[in-house]
Amino acid sequence: MSDTGHPPSALRARAANTLRSSTFRLAVLYVLLLGVSVGILMAFIYWSTAGYMDRQTAATIEAEIRGLAEQYRRRGLAGLSSVISERVARDPVGSSVYLLVDDNLERLAGNLDRWPTGFPGSEGWIRFRLRERGPDRAEEHAARGQVFLLRGGLRLLVGRDVRDLEATRALILDALAWGLAITAALALLGGWVMSAGVMRRLEIINQTAGKIMAGDLSRRIPLNGSGDDFDELAENLNRMLERIEQLMAGVRQVSDNIAHDLRTPLTRVRTKLELLYNELEDCENARSLAGEAIADAEEMLGTFNALLRIARIESGARRAAFARVDLGALMEDLAELYEPLAAEKGQSLTLRLDGPAQVMGDRDLLFQALVNLVDNAIKYTPPRGTIALAVASREDGVILTIRDSGPGIPPEARERVLDRFVRLDDSRSTPGSGLGLSLVKAALDLHQASIALGGDADGLLVTIRFRDARSPAA
Amino acid sequence: MRVLLIEDDRQTADYLLRGLAETGAVTDHVADGRAGLLQAASGEYDALVVDRMLPGLDGVGIVRTLRASGNRTPVLFLSALGEVDDRVAGLRAGGDDYLVKPFAFSELHARLEALLRRGKADTPETCLRVADLEMDLLKREVTRAGREIRLQPREFRLLEYLVRHADQVVTRTMLLEQVWDYHFDPQTNVIDVHISRLRSKIDKDFEPPLLQTVRGVGYMLRGA
Repeated sequence: MSDTGHPPSALRARAANTLRSSTFRLAVLYVLLLGVSVGILMAFIYWSTAGYMDRQTAATIEAEIRGLAEQYRRRGLAGLSSVISERVARDPVGSSVYLLVDDNLERLAGNLDRWPTGFPGSEGWIRFRLRERGPDRAEEHAARGQVFLLRGGLRLLVGRDVRDLEATRALILDALAWGLAITAALALLGGWVMSAGVMRRLEIINQTAGKIMAGDLSRRIPLNGSGDDFDELAENLNRMLERIEQLMAGVRQVSDNIAHDLRTPLTRVRTKLELLYNELEDCENARSLAGEAIADAEEMLGTFNALLRIARIESGARRAAFARVDLGALMEDLAELYEPLAAEKGQSLTLRLDGPAQVMGDRDLLFQALVNLVDNAIKYTPPRGTIALAVASREDGVILTIRDSGPGIPPEARERVLDRFVRLDDSRSTPGSGLGLSLVKAALDLHQASIALGGDADGLLVTIRFRDARSPAA
Repeated sequence: MRVLLIEDDRQTADYLLRGLAETGAVTDHVADGRAGLLQAASGEYDALVVDRMLPGLDGVGIVRTLRASGNRTPVLFLSALGEVDDRVAGLRAGGDDYLVKPFAFSELHARLEALLRRGKADTPETCLRVADLEMDLLKREVTRAGREIRLQPREFRLLEYLVRHADQVVTRTMLLEQVWDYHFDPQTNVIDVHISRLRSKIDKDFEPPLLQTVRGVGYMLRGA
């Protein structure tokens, strides 16, 4: 079956990740804040432009009504009618509307045919539709006016065609809406750019922290030299790391010193015991005691030597002696070395090789690490169990696996067993120093190879991955 | 056996002198590099035990000078520097073996005996013999008391090494180095299993047993 791109669940997960990312959240927050601010600003602009025109119209109409009422008071109905006719004649476009009716709503003067339907509002304003008698067709547009009651039951309507006003208002609204949309788009972009910048610097800190947690304590967070808050944070974190590294080095130094200082007198004790053993040829009991003491000293020396070997490996000095190593041949030697031991326990030890498996490394050190792993596999696998070794060459490196049919390691203990002096048997009664796997870990770290303990109740699966050694020039 | 010990650490030197005296070797001791070179150049020693770090002239310098002047006395380096490149540097300079401090005296003694034997056997042999055990190195055949013994290639190499060092103690580390060609201190009993396999082939149906275990040290193929 071929791989057809990302499965939908992966895409969903990625989308969910984006939505959850701080960059996205910050950008949205930025857009919302800026949007609200710009919205308020635009509302003010609208009020002070379109609103101003409205108020202007209202003021003109009110002034005209006052003027007409004055005419009526002074010159009576005839005077008012003639003034209205005069004004209608002066305005051929018909943007001003006049209508004077009697108490039966019969037209007395003005350029409007009928009294408009609808009732005036509380302040005497009325909105109505104006029918224009154009050359092609009749169109209607909006108008507004004020009604004034005169003595004798007469009613006067003075209004304005607000078509142009409405058009201008629509134009302003349009411009404001576009402005808001552009602002939102720019804010989104700006927010994204700004928060991405912030997030990238956080991401750098995160990545560095990840690498440090992966074991490279010498890493530091890069500063960008601007001296801003992030630089300050990075500097503080770096100082903290410095301190941690010093403390770690101190602890390690102490244990190395202890191992080193105790090793020398212990070697002397062992040598003296050996001399004693040889002196005691006639006394069998004393001789066997001396023999046991030698074995005990041997065991302690083994522990100290292992500690010091791990310390030396971790110091990285052996990398200078790296050469091309054929892991296939190494595993063949390993299988051959251990086949008799497995056979003695009735276990089957198998090896599967798959392709060339060359890496850069220290042959002795790698072999020692693998010896420790296979030694463990044989030790913990019950009689008639199986131990399967495999070497697989992949595009991106070489994978070694060691699978046994022993009791395995419970998942929660898998990380821990790679630490120094950790043994799953808490009574510490089984032989061994608990340093075997630490040495494996240190040796593999030196080779930038990863080790993973897996498997299940049916046995332990140790997987070691080497990065490709074919790419760098030999 | 005459041995020259060039070692500046008083304590180490004392133990080695005492240990070597136990084994019947006549040992001279020099603590300074230059004096050591002069003494070694006199040519009256069967083997040299040389510390790598010495006042005056370091161990590598001593051996390089000796070899340049045609002196072939076997040299065993002692060093606290145990890394591979140190070992390689020591062997390149003309050392014959390399032992990392601290070490068991028995390990040093075993290696020293191996060196002395190597010095004698300059001519390549085609046939090795210990008691009634015979190895034909050309035909890759082993017989004991005239009966053929079938060995795996690795068992053959193991036996060959033991036969070449018959009547000397060989340690597990020496076997891992010489027979398997891996250099580290095996904290495992895996070598013992190979030995017991070999033993079952060459000793099981025969008397007396040849392959003996030396407690706490290693093994010895006893021919005498």
